Amino acid sequence: MTLKARKTITAYAFLAIPLVFFLTVRFGPMLYMLAMSFTNWSLMRKIPAFVGFSNYAKVLSDPVFMQSLWNTARYAVFGAPLVIVISFLIALMLDTIPKGKGAFRLIYVLPYITPVVAVSWVWRWMYQPPPIGIINGILGALGLPAGEFLNSTTQALPSILVVNVWVELGYCTTIFLAGLQTIPREMIEAAQIDGANGRQILGKITIPLLNPVILFLTVMEGIQFLRIFTQVYNMSMQAMGGPLNSTKSAALYIYQKAFMYFEMAQAAAASLILFVIIMSITLLQLRFFDRKLSY
Amino acid sequence: MKKALVFAILMAVMAVAVVGAQTVTITYWQYFYESKVKLMDELIKMFEQQNPGIKVEQVTFPYESYNQKVAASIPAGEGPDVINLFYGWLPMYVKAGYLQELPPNEFNKAFFEKNYYNFVAESVEFNGKYYSAPTAVRTLALIWNKKLFKEAGLDPEKPPKTLDELAAYARKLSKYDGQGNLVQAGLAMQPTGQGHNWIREILFRQFVNTPYSKDYRKVTYADDKGIAAFRWYTDLIVKDKVGYPNFATDDVTAFRSGKAAMNIDGSFRIATLNAIKDLEWGAAELPSHNGIKSNYASYWTHAIVAGVSGKKLEASVKFLKFITSPEVQELWLQKVGELPANPSLAVKYKDNPVYAPFFNGLAYAHASQFVDEAGQRTILVDAVDKVWLKKVDPAIALREAAAAEQKLIDEFWKK
Repeated sequence: MTLKARKTITAYAFLAIPLVFFLTVRFGPMLYMLAMSFTNWSLMRKIPAFVGFSNYAKVLSDPVFMQSLWNTARYAVFGAPLVIVISFLIALMLDTIPKGKGAFRLIYVLPYITPVVAVSWVWRWMYQPPPIGIINGILGALGLPAGEFLNSTTQALPSILVVNVWVELGYCTTIFLAGLQTIPREMIEAAQIDGANGRQILGKITIPLLNPVILFLTVMEGIQFLRIFTQVYNMSMQAMGGPLNSTKSAALYIYQKAFMYFEMAQAAAASLILFVIIMSITLLQLRFFDRKLSY
Repeated sequence: MKKALVFAILMAVMAVAVVGAQTVTITYWQYFYESKVKLMDELIKMFEQQNPGIKVEQVTFPYESYNQKVAASIPAGEGPDVINLFYGWLPMYVKAGYLQELPPNEFNKAFFEKNYYNFVAESVEFNGKYYSAPTAVRTLALIWNKKLFKEAGLDPEKPPKTLDELAAYARKLSKYDGQGNLVQAGLAMQPTGQGHNWIREILFRQFVNTPYSKDYRKVTYADDKGIAAFRWYTDLIVKDKVGYPNFATDDVTAFRSGKAAMNIDGSFRIATLNAIKDLEWGAAELPSHNGIKSNYASYWTHAIVAGVSGKKLEASVKFLKFITSPEVQELWLQKVGELPANPSLAVKYKDNPVYAPFFNGLAYAHASQFVDEAGQRTILVDAVDKVWLKKVDPAIALREAAAAEQKLIDEFWKK
């Protein structure tokens, strides 16, 4: 055997390990879930039977599931763009300041590296109605009426969303900063010599060259918000996604179906529906943003 | 001759068993609650001394994930032999066939009627079979903060006795800031806590409604009387503004920190409240209305898992008898603070200022038979939220709740 062949075999051998892991830990359970979604499997039933599409029908006709999908859509549609725009602006500003870049970067990344459960609970306390919550304390001191935040069916979802935006900012800012540093200085200098103003440079050079980064972050943040769970679980009373299901995400709905009501098959069906939605959105994003640019 | 032969064989079998001297090990599961776990360790030691040849292993799980763990383990055959369950989960587990009937020669109607409160006997029986037996039970009482009573000019030793007094006291004890925000709740209003039980088993009945049919399969609380009860509850939130859900995070936190002057809470809270240094608190029987007293009782109960047989079953039954014996029930009260499930033990505590109100409540308590405890709780919690957050009329909210709960119950029994 030639040296080259041996090297190739070694590489395949090493690659096989993660492949086995992926097949057994990821794809195996996924296929099992697909199969189970056509049965009436529940933890309270010893022998499941085949029931066709009835779980899908049940889940899709459940108004709570529909509301949780709608909530999920709102998390993603408002959350992901908000994070990307704000973090891009922060990264642009951080890129221009000569001193203290590291300190600022640390401040922005701190929420991201803090455990989400801790972040959620701290915010939950800050959102408390008077006389407990600090936000309402400040509002009161300024003579403004108290906000209802998590105790309102209309304000609770935005309140949770803001926390997740704040958490994700650190991650996105860091990636954007790294992206900005890959843009060749000469290009910008050449444009400046040619008389381009700041806005033109941003629109014609910086943003197009950052396209791969924007694509990456859009996909990642889209997925992040579409499967939001921990924040909702920890910030709503008794982890119910309330008040009145107004903050319940699809992921939380699935969790409750499976581990509170023990309806595994319905949870499997709901998971597959969520999976298909996330998959199609991601594919759309890839098509939309993945335009080849050359200069 | 035949008899002698059988006898000889039996003796031989027993001899082999003794020579084999295998110790039987059984497993007991409960959720983690420090005082319970410690006491159980001691009880196991006592039991093992009295019953050589039996070893008991205690396994605990966090409270939050306990039901999940149980539901996932028993069907997989990895569960325990003896298990501690919330009584409200029994219908679900019994229907799934995960528990076995207790030996009817020992655990029968006569046994339960003699040794347990009525509500226990009623809620551990399914189609004439008995599936579990508890050590301790819990009831609700009105708890109040004596210091806040004094501040409001109320006699700290005289808690309200009727619902009307309760509402009047609550209004006096509520405090607001300059902008009208509640800063001290007169009465904690927390349907997610004990509030839903207070509405379900107490307020409805006190407004002369019967919330459910006797077998708890028909929801009957959404009539005019039930609606009046529900409206009385929600009016305290929306009209009198003496408290609202999640004020100071929840009722227990609010009461502990002196942000709520009164609360409806269970006997399981006694130890927690006693541990707080500057809290002067008292417990009283729940206020009555229309001369009607009612209470809600609940309990954690021990059952034997389906499939346990032979020596393990024998050992499990022995262990079950031991942990539900009157001696253990007394220890349980002293070490854990939960009330003995045997009514004859209540007499001793007739004059205990803390325990007596809870004991008195046991005599007229109801234990709701839930088919889906979490689901049924959520339905009433949502009904209160609709009134409070969405300005829905209490009558409409309650009728919707009754319909939703009926659907849940019907689906459970249909399958």
